[in-house]
Amino acid sequence: MIKLKVEHLSKTFENAGRTIEAISDVSLEIRQSEFVMIVGPSGCGKTTLINIIGGLETASSGSVLLDGKPVAGPGADRGMVFQGYSLFPWLTVQKNVEFGLKMKRVPAAQRAETARRYIELVGLQGFEQALPKQLSGGMKQRVAIARTLANEPEVLLMDEPFGALDAQTRVVMQELLADISRRTGTTILFITHDIDEAVLLGNRIYVMSRRPGRIRDLVNVDLPEPRNHHSLVLPEFLAIKSRIMEMLWQESQDAAMDR
Amino acid sequence: MQKKLVKGLGTYRLLSLICFCLILLAWCFASYSGSVSDIFLPTPTSVVAKIASMARDGTLWANCRESISRVMIGWLWSVAAAVPMGMLMANSRKFSAFVQPIIEFARYLPVVALVPLTLLYLGIGENQKYTIIFLGTFFQLVLMVCDTVSGVDRNMINAARTLGASRAQVYRAVILPASLPGLMDDLRLTVGWAWTYLVVAEMVAASNGLGYMILKSQRYLATDTIFAGLILIGLIGLITDWLFRLLTRLVAPWYERLADGK
Repeated sequence: MIKLKVEHLSKTFENAGRTIEAISDVSLEIRQSEFVMIVGPSGCGKTTLINIIGGLETASSGSVLLDGKPVAGPGADRGMVFQGYSLFPWLTVQKNVEFGLKMKRVPAAQRAETARRYIELVGLQGFEQALPKQLSGGMKQRVAIARTLANEPEVLLMDEPFGALDAQTRVVMQELLADISRRTGTTILFITHDIDEAVLLGNRIYVMSRRPGRIRDLVNVDLPEPRNHHSLVLPEFLAIKSRIMEMLWQESQDAAMDR
Repeated sequence: MQKKLVKGLGTYRLLSLICFCLILLAWCFASYSGSVSDIFLPTPTSVVAKIASMARDGTLWANCRESISRVMIGWLWSVAAAVPMGMLMANSRKFSAFVQPIIEFARYLPVVALVPLTLLYLGIGENQKYTIIFLGTFFQLVLMVCDTVSGVDRNMINAARTLGASRAQVYRAVILPASLPGLMDDLRLTVGWAWTYLVVAEMVAASNGLGYMILKSQRYLATDTIFAGLILIGLIGLITDWLFRLLTRLVAPWYERLADGK
């Protein structure tokens, strides 16, 4: 069953009298409970694409369909996790996780119970009363993930969520997310420029071209479960990785020729 | 971490104290040695004695009370008008386009130049004093509030929107708490300016207050009273500032890094 469908999405900006095409005719599909990656060279419009899906930006043409219905503007059905965490610094971990539920006017007792479940899911028991400034980067991103999941969105949109973390923490977080995806069956669309991350986490990978961003290729990833840091050295993993590297290398070559 | 912070704070206090002491020392030296006539520079003892005698005969409290109540009322007028207006400006381009040019214009008018008009329109009563303080702080405060509110991290607002918050909810649950520490800073700065304009107002037409006291002393060459007035205004300013910092820490304990754990 198709959960999220993007049809012929384009976006152009006006900048100092010049028209810049950020993304061009992007179409993609994500099935229920699927973990889909978008990988592309920097500046290819990945963030613009996910912001349009999340309703934070508007498309110039094309549409975004959730369960077959077009969506416009941001909404709790499409939860987002950003690279910069964007936690509310005046709220404790508990209150941050409860935020979306509070906006929906869920009763306090039920809110606390749901928050407790998701705080446990991301492994932050014992930090419920901590303020964001007391947490490390990895822990902050755990809070942000719990905050979005507690809202029980139809799809989870992630924009380079681990980009600001150090290499070791990043692997830990990737394993955590793979585990969450398996256990909760959440539909996830995840953007990255890190090929390892894309192959490790994705069921399918959309590879984008240089700007204006188009869908260049679709790669199916068939790695044995559960995926964890051991998967990073499997021959199947390396084969897929080298294919995608080749595509992105080609894109950067062409980009250099464009200039 | 905690220890280092406390130690850092200790050095900070010590340095501030040293600066005060140096100035006091220079004052003592210049006045007690007789190198500057006491018509120009009274001795510290005579200023302290003056403050003490004013405290005894009650004029000190009466003047402070008058001045503080004028500052507070005029400044509160200004806060009550400027905070909602600044917030509205930050959130509505149309409203901003409507009022911003006139506010920018008014901001450059020297308040002293408006004194004759306020006297003409309002006479020499209390309302004239509040108006001077209002005019001196309102236009600045509106722009500061607008700036603070529009400076709230866009990403935090986006996060709230994708968590399902409506526009009104974003305002109440994100923009307001996020701009609170900045707003407290704006208020702290403008209350300081309010004191400046109070003295302007009291020097023109008043029969009490610290500004009036200073002006009257000039006629009798009572330099010790002038110094007493200046020191009192400075002290009240320091105390107000300290109260605001304390209040900021109370309403936004998450903001300052002072409460850091480990």
